Amino acid sequence: MSQELRTAMPQIDFGNRDLSQTAGKIVGIDLGTTNSLVAVMELTGPRILSGIVPSVVSVKPSGEVFAGRDAREALISHPERTVYSVKRLMGRGLADIQDELKLFPFRVAEASESVLRLRLGEAVMTPPEISAHILRKLKLDAEAALGETVTQAVITVPAYFNDAQRQATKDAGRIAGLEVLRLVNEPTAAALAYGLDKRKQGVVAVYDLGGGTFDISILRLHDGIFEVLATNGDTHLGGDDIDHLLLAISLEDIRSEWGEDLSGDSAAVQLLRRAVIQAKEELSFVPQATIDLEYGGKRYQRNIAIDLFDRLIQPIVERTLTRCRACLEDSKLQVDEIDEVVMVGGSTRIPLVRAEVEKLFRARPHTELNPDEVVALGAAVQAGILSGDVKDHLLLDVTPLSLGIETMGGLVSKLIHRNSTIPASATETFTTGVDGQTNVLIHVVQGERELVKDCRSLARFDLKGIAPMPAGLARIEVRFLIDANGILNVTARDLRTGKEHSVEVKPSYGLTDEQVEAMILESFEKAAEDFAARQVREAQVEADAVLSATERARKEPGYFELSEEERAAIDRAVNELLVVYHGDDHALIRAKIDQLDVATQKLAEIIINRAVGTALKGTPVDG
Amino acid sequence: MEYYQVLGLEPKLSLDPEDLKQRFYGRSRLWHPDRFIHANPLERERALDMTALLNDAFRTLREPASRAEYFLKQHGLELSKDPPPELLEEVFDLNLMMEELREGDNSARRDLESARDRFAGMLAQIDAELQELFAGYDLSQSREILDEIQQALSRRRYISNLVRDANKELNVPGTSHSNAAN
Repeated sequence: MSQELRTAMPQIDFGNRDLSQTAGKIVGIDLGTTNSLVAVMELTGPRILSGIVPSVVSVKPSGEVFAGRDAREALISHPERTVYSVKRLMGRGLADIQDELKLFPFRVAEASESVLRLRLGEAVMTPPEISAHILRKLKLDAEAALGETVTQAVITVPAYFNDAQRQATKDAGRIAGLEVLRLVNEPTAAALAYGLDKRKQGVVAVYDLGGGTFDISILRLHDGIFEVLATNGDTHLGGDDIDHLLLAISLEDIRSEWGEDLSGDSAAVQLLRRAVIQAKEELSFVPQATIDLEYGGKRYQRNIAIDLFDRLIQPIVERTLTRCRACLEDSKLQVDEIDEVVMVGGSTRIPLVRAEVEKLFRARPHTELNPDEVVALGAAVQAGILSGDVKDHLLLDVTPLSLGIETMGGLVSKLIHRNSTIPASATETFTTGVDGQTNVLIHVVQGERELVKDCRSLARFDLKGIAPMPAGLARIEVRFLIDANGILNVTARDLRTGKEHSVEVKPSYGLTDEQVEAMILESFEKAAEDFAARQVREAQVEADAVLSATERARKEPGYFELSEEERAAIDRAVNELLVVYHGDDHALIRAKIDQLDVATQKLAEIIINRAVGTALKGTPVDG
Repeated sequence: MEYYQVLGLEPKLSLDPEDLKQRFYGRSRLWHPDRFIHANPLERERALDMTALLNDAFRTLREPASRAEYFLKQHGLELSKDPPPELLEEVFDLNLMMEELREGDNSARRDLESARDRFAGMLAQIDAELQELFAGYDLSQSREILDEIQQALSRRRYISNLVRDANKELNVPGTSHSNAAN
């Protein structure tokens, strides 16, 4: 009943919208190696929602999983049930993470040969499931900040991520209950945020050195089109590597000073890692810093001067510069055609990095946008492009790696070259090699090398059910299409019958569709708990709006036209709402909101009438 | 001539690069999948297909050599993979120099560099020839000119492979991409 009355008074919004029915905003998410962020596009521009969420996930003995700041604390109190930098494992197999295992305290669960799984206390989870917990945390934070449910997202990935890593990120989104409308490359997202803000035309290089990944992209900006000309990078190069260098030195020091090897003590290593990171960060601002550890009643202190630090990290910086030169070459531009360099990622605060980048590109690097936030802001801009809120802007990105198929003798035949604008496609016709052969196996790889064994295996596609006939007669046309997310789609057509031919996909790494579905189902159970919590939060957001509208109305002159009884009824309703506000019963909160709505109806009418009256008085009727 | 059609162009060998670019951007704005996120699945698929075709077309037609190769293919002509007979001796010398350099004979470096520069000069010359042949064909549609283009392009491809291999051997930065995807 009160619903109908409210619609008759559109001028005053007491905040009582049906939140479950709103269309919902598309959020932009930076799912980083070290930290993650969520942002949204607003009329005034992109805005970060809530704070930085450390990309750390921990499992309580009760089985409850939590992510973010609390989980980062658990790295020290419960290192064996906590994981960080899981992004390094996305889309990878057991064989290719052996190097990571030496450096990171990842505990690989048994039977990880086909799909990699980590052990966190009693729980066993795949990297996409772990990332999904970070995403779920971001989703809840965004919902709390927006006061509405969030179901759609744009998620950023390193530009140099391959197909499997992208697919794994998309899977993580699905498991977290998010429809991933687009994967955007991190440097491109940064360029979007930057271009929207600062520059409309010209050539921009984005140098993105984050916690675990490095990307370089060169873009041409013109009239709202952001065209990526070339990209290059290394998905295992970043601030983490610098931490490891310092950590190794400190562990060695401690071994000789204390006569103790701490490398096997995960709590000590995590404390030391924290001390090392602190010293590293200080060195961006002062020429001296101290690595300081107190552990087991002993103290370790070591001074690091900036020139020693620079010498230590020089090889890491040089690796990024090599990638930059290759990218410049691929862009077919001369260095003096680059107008600006935009710096992204926490590691670009390091003075040596800035100096070397400036030297290479002969352009002063731009650092005015917060390097930790710019990627999330750009993701929000892309979300705005997708929703139609941001008009006249369009992102044309490229595929970072060449796509090829295995041919005779283990050689790669390239079908789509790196730095091709996506979506991109290629078709190839296949036939049988033996009489009566009924299937053809196609091995798809990604990479720049000539031999299959030096490239990254993506998947094997099985063209099954070919009618038996003499060798070479079958003609099956296969279309390889890289979509706007940089993910491969394969379709096949029998050229003799003209019919669509079925393709069975066996991904070399990562999850099958069935596995992802199973994880989504499982997460639904967890989501039930989340859902209850969210309903409470939504009711609270609604209550906030109604309470503040009431507060405002009480200051209106119209308030004093109410009878004492009517005013008392409003006070009572406000108090009752405040009493249930912090409970966990969303239905009760809503009931009290409705009660307050009823109590304030007359007040709303009075205010409206007064407003109309004033307006009439102020306007010459015969005007 | 699907690639020409998708850009709204007559099938010609000479194209104005600026006009091509504007057509590409204009169509990208209209067809890109970003514009169809909330459309029905059929429209979304169409946007994806059209944009992929547009991108493939622009990539192919933008460079004169790949454009001509596509054009020839549509006329049933493939490039020859055999080395041009008049170059056999020089190719033999080039291989020898690369071999020497590989074995650590650094005096071969300068010879190899000048050989590479000579081949690169040939490429520039072929590109200039091609431009004239393109204009000639567009005017006359003469099959003989098309055959000439085919020969010039075959030579061009062979020589550019030589330059690439020489650069790889000379370790010119950026030309020997060994970025395996891992």
